[in-house]
Amino acid sequence: MSARVGVVTFPGSLDDRDAARAVRLAGGEPVGLWHDDAALGQVDAVFLPGGFSYGDALRCGAIARFSQVMDTVKAAAAQGMPVLGVCNGFQVLCESHLLPGALVRNAHLRYRNRPARLRVETSRTAWTRLYEPGAEVVFPAKHGEGRYVADEAVLDRLEEEGRVVFRYLDNPNGSMRDIAGVTNEAGNVVGLMPHPEHAVDELTGPSNDGLGIVASVLAHLTGAADTSGVSR
Amino acid sequence: MARVVVDVMLKSEILDPQGEAVLGALPRLGVNDVSSVRIGKRVEIEFDENAQNVEEQSRVIADQLLANPVIENFSVTVERSPIEGA
Amino acid sequence: MSHLNVAVDTVGVADATPDEKQPWAELGLKEDEYQRIREILGRRPTQSELAMYSIMWSEHCSYKSSKVHLRQFGQKNPKTPRLLAGIGENAGVVAIDENLAVTFKVESHNHPSYVEPKQGAATGVGGIIRDIIAMGARPIAVMDSLRFGAIDHPDTARVLPGVVDGIGHYGNCVGLPNIGGETYFDPCYQGNPLVNALSVGVLPRSRLQSMQASGVGNTVILMGAKTGRDGIGGVSVLASATFSETGEGDARPSVQVGDPFTEKLLIEVCLELFDAGLVVGVQDLGGAGLTCALSETAAAGDGGMHVDLELVPLRAKGMEPQDILASESQERMLLIVDPAKAEEVLARSRRWGLLATEIGTVTDTGRLVIDFHGQTVVDVPPKSLADEGPVYHRPLAEPNDLQLIAVDRAETLPRPTTPEEIRQTVLDMAASPNLCDKSWITEQYDSSVFGNTVLGTPHDAGVVRLDERTGVGIAISLDGNGRFARLDPYTGAQLALAEAYRNVAVTGATPIAVSDCLNFGSPEDPHVMWQFERAVTGIADGCQKLGIPVTGGNVSFYNQTGRDAIHPTPVIGVLGLLDDVHRRIPLGLGKTGDTIALIGETREELSGSEWASVKHGHLGGVPPVVDLDHEMKLAELLSRLAETEQLAAAHDLSEGGLAQALVEAICHTGLGAQILLPEGADPFTYLFSESSGRVLVVIPRGQELAVRTACEQRNLPITPLGVTDANTDGLHLRDLFDISLDELEASWKGRIGAVLGE
Repeated sequence: MSARVGVVTFPGSLDDRDAARAVRLAGGEPVGLWHDDAALGQVDAVFLPGGFSYGDALRCGAIARFSQVMDTVKAAAAQGMPVLGVCNGFQVLCESHLLPGALVRNAHLRYRNRPARLRVETSRTAWTRLYEPGAEVVFPAKHGEGRYVADEAVLDRLEEEGRVVFRYLDNPNGSMRDIAGVTNEAGNVVGLMPHPEHAVDELTGPSNDGLGIVASVLAHLTGAADTSGVSR
Repeated sequence: MARVVVDVMLKSEILDPQGEAVLGALPRLGVNDVSSVRIGKRVEIEFDENAQNVEEQSRVIADQLLANPVIENFSVTVERSPIEGA
Repeated sequence: MSHLNVAVDTVGVADATPDEKQPWAELGLKEDEYQRIREILGRRPTQSELAMYSIMWSEHCSYKSSKVHLRQFGQKNPKTPRLLAGIGENAGVVAIDENLAVTFKVESHNHPSYVEPKQGAATGVGGIIRDIIAMGARPIAVMDSLRFGAIDHPDTARVLPGVVDGIGHYGNCVGLPNIGGETYFDPCYQGNPLVNALSVGVLPRSRLQSMQASGVGNTVILMGAKTGRDGIGGVSVLASATFSETGEGDARPSVQVGDPFTEKLLIEVCLELFDAGLVVGVQDLGGAGLTCALSETAAAGDGGMHVDLELVPLRAKGMEPQDILASESQERMLLIVDPAKAEEVLARSRRWGLLATEIGTVTDTGRLVIDFHGQTVVDVPPKSLADEGPVYHRPLAEPNDLQLIAVDRAETLPRPTTPEEIRQTVLDMAASPNLCDKSWITEQYDSSVFGNTVLGTPHDAGVVRLDERTGVGIAISLDGNGRFARLDPYTGAQLALAEAYRNVAVTGATPIAVSDCLNFGSPEDPHVMWQFERAVTGIADGCQKLGIPVTGGNVSFYNQTGRDAIHPTPVIGVLGLLDDVHRRIPLGLGKTGDTIALIGETREELSGSEWASVKHGHLGGVPPVVDLDHEMKLAELLSRLAETEQLAAAHDLSEGGLAQALVEAICHTGLGAQILLPEGADPFTYLFSESSGRVLVVIPRGQELAVRTACEQRNLPITPLGVTDANTDGLHLRDLFDISLDELEASWKGRIGAVLGE
């Protein structure tokens, strides 16, 4: 039986169907979760998709943080359940303090949509274990508020502990230290701004590099020892 | 030194989607007795020590740049006048 | 105390005070129109009724100047079993296969985008999306056709970034990929920018919705945002000012603000309700708010309707009944629902956090009756509002200058002759506002949400997959050319149609339907009206010839400042069908060693061209010849070559001619092109003529003969031009000149950002 990956829909989520497609293409079973329902069903991992939850009012992710489902997600993450946040999902994870730092307005002050070249900095997370450290991947980056910021001390700590997961090769938004994605101490919670779920098929995306994200968590869940890279 | 605060708010008749979304979220924090939330911008401007006509200049800045008069109102508050702030 | 200072003008009051002076003229009604209202009602209208008639009988809602001409579409439209819903519906619906249908429409939001560019453009996108929802479809993409004044005019720096921000903000937040469009600059649009937005949606054929308020006893539900003073125009403001002395400030017309978050909820809730079979009829609230939605649904139904207006949830205090009826607050839909299912509809809305309120009932009285706190303020036959508005036969007159303009041909202008001059012209043209790279704009739009975008900008048409299992998909292009239409509106409109048709065909798709947005000056000017009539006739004749129906669209008049009208600008959207999106033909140069060839004939056609405009500021002569038979053969050929996978790439030739098509293909791929122009051809003409019906194709090695044969079988001229070559840096035109990729990119890219100060 394949692993069940829950995909949360908040009011204003946009990429929930795309996240479910990525889970399906990678061999997992997507399960829809509703923001106002605390139950996570029997899912083995949770994917917080991109979008504009609550219209990005106040700060991106600020209102979604208070949803019923996030209480349960927080508790499950503390128990080691893999949680991924992409774009708005990353913003929700930062607002929920599951990940350090914050995502603020792009340095050039505009929404910008470009394919982003990223370096996978570590394979020691639930969501990147099938990538070779140092592998280069291309995911679409498209956001107005994706500039990663944190205190210098926090950034130093992230670097020391190997918790910077993705780094931009051409920083599109002014993120500090070119950070595109980070993880928590345990490596089960990962957030990133670019969209792996929009890089699952060369017909519709700039690459299919994104399949490795879900494939990684499936491997993590089945306890596969295989850590050989699936990517370039 | 003169410090001027410009508050920019959407005009009362203009829809504020942000305020509506925040209002809608309040019950989840257990707050049920709020009838309206409106969100605006606060801009702090510091003039040079010898600046003249600070309030007037601030109004020009607010009217021409900070606020969009088609949909927004603004108010200008001089926090420290040039005389006091010497 | 609510509004005791103002006595509500009820039907009873109107009966009792027949001679009350009414501001019908200020509301834009003519005397005979006002008299006709009195005849229909058998009394003077109430304030609310007067407001409703003035709105519904306005040019915007009644199409009173255009109606007599638009009838041609219905008369000349080819009959096709594909057309499931056509003109007169919220949007045309076209069958894709046994199960799926697609609905699409283009609409203008020109005037609001000039007043407040960001919100004007945003609400334009929001409005067209609701038209798509109202047909029962899930919106799946948007496109936009934009026209601004001169790129370096100071006001363009205000309008353009605002419009782009508005389109991006709304489309990105509501979650629709922007898959293409066009951006042009011309001083004629200085005070009248054109913002035309297209949306397309997909639906199972069984989910097609209607706007009928049928079924006596059914409940009328208003869903979505609260009603505020947004966009209340001259209408009720004037009415109130005359009847009561309202204080200043609050009653002023205000700009509509779009809320894409609420729109996203509307999409999800409506689709859920349609799928559950909970909706009898549905109509979006657009330009004329409740007035239009209530009268159209009641008129389309089989009885009448009763509404209690005080039940409408309000955002602003002290709104009078006519304000509520005229409000243009965005993100609202009207639903007609079986009363037994009303509670479920309300519950499903609540689950998404969306407001929904029962405001009325379908009746069998044949009247639209609206009460406000128990007093009847409207009692009218709904068809008199929706269907029986005035119809004008406005005078037509060919513009006096047209014959003079026709003889002032661009073919006589001085041209570059030496290789060095031509080389410089290629670069100057690539850097010109209308031809330069538009990624400053398109990068502000999401293009990949939904994961079904196969081709987006800068390809000739947007291509979207509809079904992951079968690979079936659609292609859409949106095109217009105001300069050609100024020279000859009939031919200009057909050139736009031909270009959109060809752009769709270039991806390998088969064109199947049309939507149009007709942007013109004042219909009260006989010259403008003549241009309009010619353009409509051109489109109707063209569609008849091409065998594809016009399914709907929109007319925007009064695009003029003082006496200066914009160029007549019909913008045409063509929808095409691709059986399998895997076989789409992209823009580009294929692989090194592939053959580059030109299909179609290059004539000396420079009048109205981009070159004449950029280099001479010239507009004169007659536009290029349109040959729709040729276009049909070309489209059939391209569809065939896509099916057999015998083309690596293709690109439509339009503004800027062959030179620009090569620049774009080279910059898109980074590959080089070695080109040898045909013997005897005048290099300048060959590179810059804008002859219609031409496509640059890239043929994979080994397929040259097959492609040539396919062309010859169809009597289509094909001319080999050269090869793709990875070792060539940029463009090599043998015996003429070389331009490196860096130099091409330096000219073509970054222009818009640079002009806007970045």
